[in-house]
Amino acid sequence: MPTAIEFFKFLPKTNCGECGQATCLAFAMQLANQKATIDACPYVDGGAKEKLEESSAPPVRAITIGSGDRAVSMGGETVLYRHERRFVNPTAFAISISDTCSAQEMEQEVSKYLDMAFERVGTVFNIDMFVLRDDSGDPESFRTAAVRLRSLTDLPLVLESSSADVLSSAAAELRDVRPLIYGAGQDNIEAMVAVAKENSLPLALIGNDLDRMAEMVEVARKGGVEDLILDLGSSSMKHILESNTVARKVSLRRTFKGLGYPLMNLVGSGPAAMMKASLAVMKYSSLVVFDSLEAQQALPLMTLRQNIYTDPQVPIQVKEDLYPISDPGEESPILFTTNFSLTYFTVRADIEKSRQPVWLQVVDTEGLSVLTAYAAGKFSHEHVATALQASGALDRSKGPIVTPGMVAKLSGKLEEALGRKVMVGTMESSALPKFLKNLRQ
Amino acid sequence: MAKVPLPKEKWSGNIGSVSLGDGGVRAGGGKGMPFLSFEDRSYPRALIAGEVMDDVSDFPQIVLDQFGEAASDPVSWAEEWKARGADLICLRLLSTDPDRGDASPEDAARTAREVADATGLPLIVYGCGIADKDADTMEAVSASLAGHRSILAYVEEDSYKRISAAAMANKHSVLAFSNLDINLAKQMNILLSDFGVDRSDMVMDPLMAPLGMGMEYSYSVNERIMLAALSGDRMLQVPMVCDASQAWQVRDCSDDDPSLGDVAERAAWWEFTTALAALLSGADILILRGHDAMALVKEAIDDLGGGA
Ligand code: B12
Ligand code: SF4
Repeated sequence: MPTAIEFFKFLPKTNCGECGQATCLAFAMQLANQKATIDACPYVDGGAKEKLEESSAPPVRAITIGSGDRAVSMGGETVLYRHERRFVNPTAFAISISDTCSAQEMEQEVSKYLDMAFERVGTVFNIDMFVLRDDSGDPESFRTAAVRLRSLTDLPLVLESSSADVLSSAAAELRDVRPLIYGAGQDNIEAMVAVAKENSLPLALIGNDLDRMAEMVEVARKGGVEDLILDLGSSSMKHILESNTVARKVSLRRTFKGLGYPLMNLVGSGPAAMMKASLAVMKYSSLVVFDSLEAQQALPLMTLRQNIYTDPQVPIQVKEDLYPISDPGEESPILFTTNFSLTYFTVRADIEKSRQPVWLQVVDTEGLSVLTAYAAGKFSHEHVATALQASGALDRSKGPIVTPGMVAKLSGKLEEALGRKVMVGTMESSALPKFLKNLRQ
Repeated sequence: MAKVPLPKEKWSGNIGSVSLGDGGVRAGGGKGMPFLSFEDRSYPRALIAGEVMDDVSDFPQIVLDQFGEAASDPVSWAEEWKARGADLICLRLLSTDPDRGDASPEDAARTAREVADATGLPLIVYGCGIADKDADTMEAVSASLAGHRSILAYVEEDSYKRISAAAMANKHSVLAFSNLDINLAKQMNILLSDFGVDRSDMVMDPLMAPLGMGMEYSYSVNERIMLAALSGDRMLQVPMVCDASQAWQVRDCSDDDPSLGDVAERAAWWEFTTALAALLSGADILILRGHDAMALVKEAIDDLGGGA
């Protein structure tokens, strides 16, 4: 972002006041603090405006692939380390499918990966995109396969071929759903840029040499394609780490301008792919393409993505409230826990497993787990009593109140404060089904 | 041709190093952010400590299956780790727990010595987690491992004196534990320094929370520690130990739910991913539980090019 002084240079310095500010300098300060936009001054000329827009553009361009609800946003990142600010757009995972597979094979592949979904901490994880890979070398086969793939899924697509001829009719046919064109290398860049330009589609540039890549970016921009994603090569973990880090760093520091685009990596399949993908999630990749992926790999990988793209300053939390589970009544036990999402969803799932009716009181601990909240003084008997009173839990049920086992210490004082029976629950909520069944008897 | 400048930082500090065993094993010594060869051409190879328990009563069966017969006693288990390429053994003396047989410090110390003698590898030794008992145990362990530099684990803010003194008496290192916070980590190292522990005898554990259970904090805490240390904060220039075996605490790691895919492989990836996050954020020593995970981690370290 330019400073106030840099903005000031572009203003007419007449202090006419039309922007709503008394002076041009005051307006410049508003601009620097992102409280105003340059359009508010009618006297800044077009050239200056363009320059200002360029220097205030995010250091990594934001682009979108696909259309509608499932479109995927990439880039727009502003930091190297996530303690500075949250990473914004999570890495997308894509599966590559050959254009030579039969209709039936394609259907099987697509449904295998659409079904590969997991729910964790209240969020559903899934595959984000499909790549259609040209193995046929034939424009018509490729186009037919692309149309078929599109009919099977509304996830964003990547059209992959080294031949612009093969790509062009599929690109034209699917341009409304905004597939990514993959991609342009040294030898086909002119033709690929033309296909992307003609259909207004994002384009991937491929090359493992950073200097050459910067030149290719220039060529693409001159050809009128700005929505780029860079594949800097994925030959080894070392290569991914270093190339991605250099590109991200020089862009953020603005020590070099040509590489400020989202990055992608093609990792293949098997253990090596998992290793590269895990690295790519942590180290700045916006799109990772697999040839295949199994559930036992996808779950840890998607959990990693969730962790890396969570803001460490703000834990994921749920609302303080009384949550009824399995239709509880006047005699049902009242269990309580913290509002940290991980805790809440874990406990909730275990209660559901028991099939016993339960009132679950969530106490606002500012998103901390049981022991963390207790150690931080945010989960005292007073906090719990206040929450139980505020939600009306105590009127809803005469059943016993159950503490998490790890804060057994709370039970005495809580019993005193409420004048009701308080029981100590199990340490791990996984033992709750058994505990609740015994309680029933 | 356009020339992309290498964004090499001019760090004013580097991570200290600790020598272990008979002096041949070194941990730490990095001069740049992990594995960036343009910052530090010889970024040190992270060491792997294979976990061995002296009581496996509630230990995951998947891991026991990986080790077979070898896991039936600490010595053969440790030898198996060595054969598979571990650099250290992380020995957990759980049997010293009053609820698990209450083994005497002397018995525990004998186990430690046997493991050291059989493998020749340096140890990281943990007690049972009860402060007073652990201090007794570590005093005995320190003496029994005299001459074989090991790491005594662990010391905390409110109980560090006895174990630190025990370590100093026989030139062992101490593992300084702190709770997911750069300031607490630094505070702990200052306490130890003031107590007389040399920085070349300190390693620190800032609590590597596992994938899916707090990794989002640890990754950044570790990175911040690395950045501060490289920027010259001497009290953080201490090699980092990350315990990836904690991955097994997370339910999704080893829950036997077929919809989550093959459980043994999933557990290996869960531990691997925790370990890789630790490596990329600055770990110098990794504690690992599964040997499947170790095979993957070793491959990753080779591929990342650490250890020139
Ligand atoms: C990640 C983490 C943090 C994160 C916060 C995560 C969060 N949003 O809560 C951060 C970095 C912020 C943090 C900070 C601190 N932490 Co912390 N943290 C952890 C860590 C690694 C994991 C916690 C976690 O996510 N657990 C998973 C959830 C699901 O567990 P849970 O909430 O306990 O729920 C389980 C059970 O309690 C039970 N359960 C829950 N509800 C209910 C309800 C009923 C009815 C029943 C029956 C059961 C039940 O079932 C659940 C599933 O098994 C643990 C160590 C560990 N490995 O456990 C330390 C730990 C909890 N932290 C600890 C401490 C001391 C702290 C700090 C005070 C450190 C400090 N001095 O600053 C601070 C306090 C926070 C503050 N001041 O803001 C200590 C607590 C010590 C103690 N025994 O009291 C621990 C145990 C680490 C340690 N070994 O020293 N921490
Ligand atoms: S409208 Fe433009 S010229 Fe007038 S005061 Fe505002 S910034 Fe200055």
